[in-house]
Amino acid sequence: MSSIAIENADRTTTGRPFKLPRVDISLWLTYLFLAVMLILTLAPIVWVVATSMRTPAQSFTLPPKWIPTDLDFSNYSQVFDEIPFWRQIGNSFIITLSVVAGQLVTTTLAGYAFARLRFPGRNILFWVVLATMMIPGQAIIIPVFVLISRELGLGDTLWALIIPSLPSAFGVFLLRQYFLQIPFDFEEAAMLDGANQWIIFSRIYFPLASPGMAILAILTFNAKWNDYFTPLIFMSTPEKFPITMGIVDLQGYMGTGSISVVLAGIVLSTIPVVIIYVLGQRYLLEGLMSGGLKG
Amino acid sequence: MNATGTRTEKSKPVIPWLAADTVTGIRRQRMLMGYLFIAPTIIGLVIFIVGPMLYTFYLSFHEWNVFRPPVFVGLDNFERLLNDKRVFTSFKNTFLLVIMTVSLLEVLALALALAVKRVTNNYLGYILRTAYFMPVLLSGAAVAVTLSYLFHQDFGIINYYLGKIGIDKIPWLTSRDYVLIAISLTTVWRNLGFTFIIYLGGVSTMPDEVLEAAEVDGARGFRKLWSVILPLLSPTILFATVTDMIKMLQFFDEPFIMTRGGPGDASRTVVMMMYDAGFSSFNFGYASTIALALFSVIMLVTAAQFILSRRWVFYG
Repeated sequence: MSSIAIENADRTTTGRPFKLPRVDISLWLTYLFLAVMLILTLAPIVWVVATSMRTPAQSFTLPPKWIPTDLDFSNYSQVFDEIPFWRQIGNSFIITLSVVAGQLVTTTLAGYAFARLRFPGRNILFWVVLATMMIPGQAIIIPVFVLISRELGLGDTLWALIIPSLPSAFGVFLLRQYFLQIPFDFEEAAMLDGANQWIIFSRIYFPLASPGMAILAILTFNAKWNDYFTPLIFMSTPEKFPITMGIVDLQGYMGTGSISVVLAGIVLSTIPVVIIYVLGQRYLLEGLMSGGLKG
Repeated sequence: MNATGTRTEKSKPVIPWLAADTVTGIRRQRMLMGYLFIAPTIIGLVIFIVGPMLYTFYLSFHEWNVFRPPVFVGLDNFERLLNDKRVFTSFKNTFLLVIMTVSLLEVLALALALAVKRVTNNYLGYILRTAYFMPVLLSGAAVAVTLSYLFHQDFGIINYYLGKIGIDKIPWLTSRDYVLIAISLTTVWRNLGFTFIIYLGGVSTMPDEVLEAAEVDGARGFRKLWSVILPLLSPTILFATVTDMIKMLQFFDEPFIMTRGGPGDASRTVVMMMYDAGFSSFNFGYASTIALALFSVIMLVTAAQFILSRRWVFYG
């Protein structure tokens, strides 16, 4: 807030030196709106963190206490007693990282082929890929369940959550856009130096498309880590659950007894996504803003 | 390596057809590479998306309880669907949720993006962007669990603060009148940051010359918003609205975790109906019919958006 005051001061001193500052009501309303939205956005997060550090007896206190006092971390250790936390967070990591890595491989290859290689049927096949983007995952979950669980016998294994997610039409589309933006000159120069087709792809195009890959990696990580619907359908053994299901179980076990433990679980399960986001947010926010998604 | 002459002498092409020193050979190499590179994606999409889509279509004409082979029943499932009051309710709930959620999302996200653009301090702008994006990092499950505590009728913070301004305790999650509103607000809270960033992208690419020209011509305030800013942003608005609608038509996590579809069927969505038919009653045929209905609705809504968009989207 202090910065606004400084700005207004600046404007009055440089622009209209000897007059009273003109009160820009619309600017003040804008900042008021931003502040209200900021409070509404952050309040639940602050409440979750603060309450996760309270003793169970205090967790429902009204008026709510926003600043954690008498820090009590026993809720955090209780999370480990109630659900197989390490197993479940490990499962989430295995599932998510496998899908991210697999998608990066399949989508980079296909994105490059659709952007830079010529072969009969290319346009038709690209349209097929685009069309599959329109099909919602949940509308086809029954055949996928039949295929994975009954035909392949992979139900209740981590494979069930990994294999169907390996291809990504969205990822192909996104990376194709990135490959298209790279000028042809690089390729021609490499050709003159005697580089073969694989070297042109792996040493020239691949590194230049890395911002697109970063965006895809972060979006996929976020979506897969937070997925609840697919594991709900495929998994039945708690030891094989990803952490999203663990959190909902935790809520079930604790009932309305100690919400502090449930909230501690939520905080713990969110830490990995926050770390990934902090590492890649520069790419993500810029990429989303630059309209890489709109094409 | 350094001279092309030595290369041709040294390496006799293993397959003459793909010789790297002729133009056709290179063209063929690139063609082969193209097919190899798209193969994993195409095979994967055919097995896990196109095939299942066709199989959904096939199953919707069959009765199948998993334990015995599917039996062809013609249009029975479709007839049942049209007379199923619960399915009707679930579609009604889903539409209400989509309308409330998407309209609130688009208006707030656009307002937020325009407001953030006015922040001239870069550091403050960065902090605001990051803060508004935070809820996107939480899972739908975590948000549903958290917000169901906040919406609690007696112990929830929301009712506590509403009480401060003289509003009686609202039975957010236990009353038919409020449950959809509560779930919608929950979803808006989690998704606003994402839609906001998309709009911020649109807002930051608006050409300054046009905005300045509009001001010179005397367009200010609402007039400027309606006649200049909104037309400039219309492609972004279309993109965000369509993707948000597709996402919200598949509502599941929040109502499933917060209310299990209750009270009664007041917050049961289409995907929840499909889930119940398929994985509680093991009626895969009927569940596929519901899925197909949902898919058709998504297609119709998307197509309608694009057709209507010709009237209002402006590609500069």
